[in-house]
Amino acid sequence: MSMYDEVGPADPFLEDDVPSLPPPRRRVRVDRTPLPVEPGAAPFARVRDRSSGPERMRLEGLTVNYAEARVVKGVSLSIHQGEVLALIGPSGCGKTTLLRTLNRLTEATATASRGGRVLLDDQEVEQIEVTALRRRVAMVFQQPNPFPMSIFDNIAYAIRVQNRKRPGRRELEPAVVDALRRAGLYDELGGDLDRPALRLSGGQQQRLCIARAIATRPEVLLMDEPCSALDPKSTAVIEELIGELRRELAVVIVTHNLAQAHRVADRVAFMYLGDLVELGDVDQVFEAPQAQRTRDYVAGAFG
Amino acid sequence: MATQLTRAPAVLAPAPQRPRPRGDTVGNWRWSQRLAFGACWAAGIALCVVAIAIVGYMAVRGLQYLRPDILFSRPEPGLAQSETGGILDPILGTILLTLIGIVIATPIAVATAVWLVEYGRPAALARLVESGIEVVAGTPDIVLAIFGLAVFQLHLFAPISFTASGGGVFGRSFIAAGAMMSLIALPLVFAATREGLASLPARLREGSWALGKTKICTIRTVLLPQVRRNIATGVALGTGRIVGDTAIVVVLLGASLRIDPQGNVPGLSVLRGTGSTLTSYVYANSPAGEGNAPQKAYAAAFVLLVIVLLINGAVDLLGRRSSHVELGV
Ligand SMILES: Nc1ncnc2c1ncn2[C@@H]1O[C@H](COP(=O)(O)OP(=O)(O)O)[C@@H](O)[C@H]1O
Ligand SMILES: [Mg+2]
Repeated sequence: MSMYDEVGPADPFLEDDVPSLPPPRRRVRVDRTPLPVEPGAAPFARVRDRSSGPERMRLEGLTVNYAEARVVKGVSLSIHQGEVLALIGPSGCGKTTLLRTLNRLTEATATASRGGRVLLDDQEVEQIEVTALRRRVAMVFQQPNPFPMSIFDNIAYAIRVQNRKRPGRRELEPAVVDALRRAGLYDELGGDLDRPALRLSGGQQQRLCIARAIATRPEVLLMDEPCSALDPKSTAVIEELIGELRRELAVVIVTHNLAQAHRVADRVAFMYLGDLVELGDVDQVFEAPQAQRTRDYVAGAFG
Repeated sequence: MATQLTRAPAVLAPAPQRPRPRGDTVGNWRWSQRLAFGACWAAGIALCVVAIAIVGYMAVRGLQYLRPDILFSRPEPGLAQSETGGILDPILGTILLTLIGIVIATPIAVATAVWLVEYGRPAALARLVESGIEVVAGTPDIVLAIFGLAVFQLHLFAPISFTASGGGVFGRSFIAAGAMMSLIALPLVFAATREGLASLPARLREGSWALGKTKICTIRTVLLPQVRRNIATGVALGTGRIVGDTAIVVVLLGASLRIDPQGNVPGLSVLRGTGSTLTSYVYANSPAGEGNAPQKAYAAAFVLLVIVLLINGAVDLLGRRSSHVELGV
């Protein structure tokens, strides 16, 4: 006699009680950070002046291929100083690839090839020496990637040209402190810049990476989902920081988080499978999207 | 009553009972499994016994004959064992030869690994380099030794070895042996460095490139400091192999009784000269060799064993540290 027999069929009247179907699926919001009740009531005081600064970068019919696969298909847009441009779109639609072509980091991928034009201050990026270009078009990555050195050395490394020993610590100190201040990290460190950077929290590490990126006073700051590895509190701090930084440079931020795009961006570009579907002011894209795809994407995520 | 039951259905519907699994104990196993299990145990224990036997026997015999004056006196030619002096020269020879081998091997191995991991183009050349290193790694040391002899007897290399009065190049010297020894250590340092570099996350490199740093600058400042431990582990492994090698010493170092400088330039004359190491000393004095000083051979073998065990310990220590190196990136 097997042990299964001891249980036997359940009481007949119980069978009605056991739900035969799982409960209906609720729509789950894609993002987890709370939405602002209204744009004006954002967690930080937002200066929404519509007058954007001079144009810094311009893409004209940019295409990018990985071997045979075309992942960016003829994107044209311009990037202005004093403005945050958010790139939104589903995973794998080419946002990261687009961002990495702006500082020619796609060239590190052997299979990648590029068409169209990318201009920085009306000069083709090909004609700018690549290390000089990257000092002008800085980048912050998805995962915080401070170097395994001290906090000071992380930023000093960014400021020094290649491996030159000069300028030394004393000359660099003001610039390092200034970069940390602008990234809103200096006060938290309590003056101890010799700590290993990897001992910082994730949010602090990401702000160190931002400090490192802006230490060379770039004109454009590229951010590839800078908050996706961070907790909501660090995210809020970084969003506030982006609001500060946009005064002095042009910011392009890729984000999965539509609420975040809504909070930080002045203009939003919606990409879908390599195409730039919609580009417009943040309010227009979120409240009155022109294209059906944008409407679906924005509505789906805001539920 | 009925309402209560509907509210608490869990009471009436306990989880279906499954047959209790038979315990995973040896008693429940099939005979073939028990046999295999026993064999695994026996194999492990047998190895331990062998290791203990080697170390124990060498310790007993070695300590029996090892006297401090043996360590610090030079070998003498002599017929009776009491006249054969100490093992100072073989000890110094081992140290010098290892140093030469490592000093030659490390920069070449690290540079090759950096090129392969960080550049590696054209891909065909990268594959060729890798197979080349595999060939070097797989070549038996005696083959390396006679190949080295053929090379270093060329007139081109006359300045680095003893040249007989008739113009014949002897082809044996510390430099010649050290150069061939470096080929023994090179694949180990190379593999360790390559593994270290390959395990570094791409975002470390890209983070540096995105700051406008060249590849070379990135390698020097960001990547190489991260693989220092791997390099050290490779060097320690290579050191162990060089210390333990005999064939190259016998063929290329001359295995002379004493360190025998050639010429009279200080330093260089030693490098050009011949000598012996602990391994060749053990070989020459064991009953299998000329066999005239087996007690000294045991003492030297014990010293050699201690050196190799110490190096192994260092490798272990390095490996353990590098496994929890805080690479939080
Ligand atoms: N190094 C690469 N080699 C080949 N294909 C890639 C590479 N990086 C990204 N891709 C492909 O390009 C497409 C776009 O990727 P990505 O730009 O990372 O999208 P997103 O950032 O919008 O999620 C994806 O289909 C991805 O598989
Ligand atoms: Mg991406």
